[in-house]
Amino acid sequence: MALLNLKDVSVAYGDNVVLKDFNLNIKKGDLVSLLGPSGCGKTTTLRLIGGFIQANKGKFIFNDKDYTKVPVHKREFGFVFQSYALFPHLSVFDNVAFGLKLRKTPKGEIKKRVMEMLDIVGLADYSKRYPKELSGGQRQRVALARALVIKPDLLLLDEPLSNLDAKLRVKMRVGIRKIQKELNITTVYVTHDQEECFSISDKVAVMNEGVIEHLDTPQNIYDNPKTEFVANFVGFENFIDLSLQSKNEDISTYNSKNGRVFKVKSTNINSNKETIKGAIRPEEIKIVNKGGDNKDENTLDGIVGISTFLGKEYQYMVDTEVGKLLVNGNTNKRYKEGEKVKLYLPKEKMVLV
Amino acid sequence: MNTKSRFLTIFSVLVYTFLIFPLVIITAAAFGANDYLKFPPEGFSFKWVANIFEVEMFIRTFKISIEIAVFGTFLALLIGIPAAYILSRYQFKGRNFLQGLFLSPVLIPAIVFGFSLLKFLIIKMQFPVYTSLLIGHTVVILPYIIRVISSSLESFDYSIEEAAVSLGAGRIKTFFIIVLPNITSGVIAAFILAFINSFNNVPISIFLTGPGVSTLPIQMMSYVEYYFDPTIAALSVILMLMTAILMFIIERTLGLSFFTK
Repeated sequence: MALLNLKDVSVAYGDNVVLKDFNLNIKKGDLVSLLGPSGCGKTTTLRLIGGFIQANKGKFIFNDKDYTKVPVHKREFGFVFQSYALFPHLSVFDNVAFGLKLRKTPKGEIKKRVMEMLDIVGLADYSKRYPKELSGGQRQRVALARALVIKPDLLLLDEPLSNLDAKLRVKMRVGIRKIQKELNITTVYVTHDQEECFSISDKVAVMNEGVIEHLDTPQNIYDNPKTEFVANFVGFENFIDLSLQSKNEDISTYNSKNGRVFKVKSTNINSNKETIKGAIRPEEIKIVNKGGDNKDENTLDGIVGISTFLGKEYQYMVDTEVGKLLVNGNTNKRYKEGEKVKLYLPKEKMVLV
Repeated sequence: MNTKSRFLTIFSVLVYTFLIFPLVIITAAAFGANDYLKFPPEGFSFKWVANIFEVEMFIRTFKISIEIAVFGTFLALLIGIPAAYILSRYQFKGRNFLQGLFLSPVLIPAIVFGFSLLKFLIIKMQFPVYTSLLIGHTVVILPYIIRVISSSLESFDYSIEEAAVSLGAGRIKTFFIIVLPNITSGVIAAFILAFINSFNNVPISIFLTGPGVSTLPIQMMSYVEYYFDPTIAALSVILMLMTAILMFIIERTLGLSFFTK
């Protein structure tokens, strides 16, 4: 079924284990992102797929063939490097034509395919330029064209946008996604930028310490992260210790340490542990007036601490009985330090990990 | 600030005077009419320049020096480029030892090194003098080649090679079509540096010269022992010019800053 299949792969440099019994399946035509903090093993995974590093253990199956021992230059994978890695002594045209020349493609066809590809990436007018005469975004597109023109079986992108400025990054990622869809090319994309990877991926694998913690669609990861690490990584900044009271098909009930009752959606429960952490984003917590007519369910009392201005909202550090929580509030009113507030944590916005 | 820069100016002027003044004396003496080295010279004449070409040994040893420098440099490049590549691109056991070994000819006093080459190559191995001289020079200029090539390899992004490999070029092919064209300036610099070093070398050559095989610097030394006329001064001027022209070429093609990197 899967086009790409990493089976129980381990990679270690001496005592430093980077990947341990690592598994990954990718469907044909999908764009799968590896997301995680630096040192989580995402680049190692990509380089392993590319063939630049060898696994100490495990297998890499691609298209039903064992690729574990196939050398890099026989793999027919396109690789786009963070530094673009264009050939400085060759023109844009020759950079893109490089792979085709090695494949002994006839001259006329090389010309046709290279110009077609440069057209796709919008650089047809730049074919005679040299890499040093191009801007960062243009270089990036040459690198992409060079990797794509050989019609690779798989496209591997290693933080391709990290050297570009913010605006260009947004523009380029849309471009990459568009080309990837047009050519229907299976792609593995490594990034540490959450927004970037959520916006273009079919699936995202959030990695931590050499393990995929959660592999799912961006939407599912964003709404319902499976582990504490993933929750934290995608912006669930508040964690409250809870213990189970009763579990039902639809809504389950938990107690916090200070005896407050919390109801949550059962589909948001990702762990069977008795004591569990309830995670929620700062922007999902509502500040309600003290003594309001809300029931006590899903609420906490707190005292406002330091507040910061985020542009769209204020963010408060609120001291509650279960610890400090980050809470966003709208700009209509700025709560003062020391003010008593009541926090409401909507049940559909809480995730249990 | 101001006193500091004035002090610096005076200091630099002194240093340069100290460096250049002997050369000025040699140059002036070379075109003097005296029969011995004298400064300031009396009269003006080209006869000592002409005399260089009268001494047959100068012409012969000049040719040998050029041959040894060119062949030696080529040999050293053949060994040095792959060595520098492996040292800068691969991590392996004994890498530090090899690095030390390749650079050791610079660390050992040249005279000791020359003597041991004489002992080993000529006395023990019974190699011909010319071959020994070539080997000696190759070995002694190898560190320069490896140093210069290594530094240009280090500034060449390794992922560019990986890109070539990922597009289907084997490792060796990648070296020739991607790496080599991008380190040509380093290769040229290494060549010129090694050439000058070999051409000027005395301590190695002095042990590895024999009947009929000698280098120009050695010949110049033995000439000075017997004659006091300004022929050597004239020859020195010509050698200075040669070096200056080489440096000029480097400056025009690579920029002298290449060596100070």
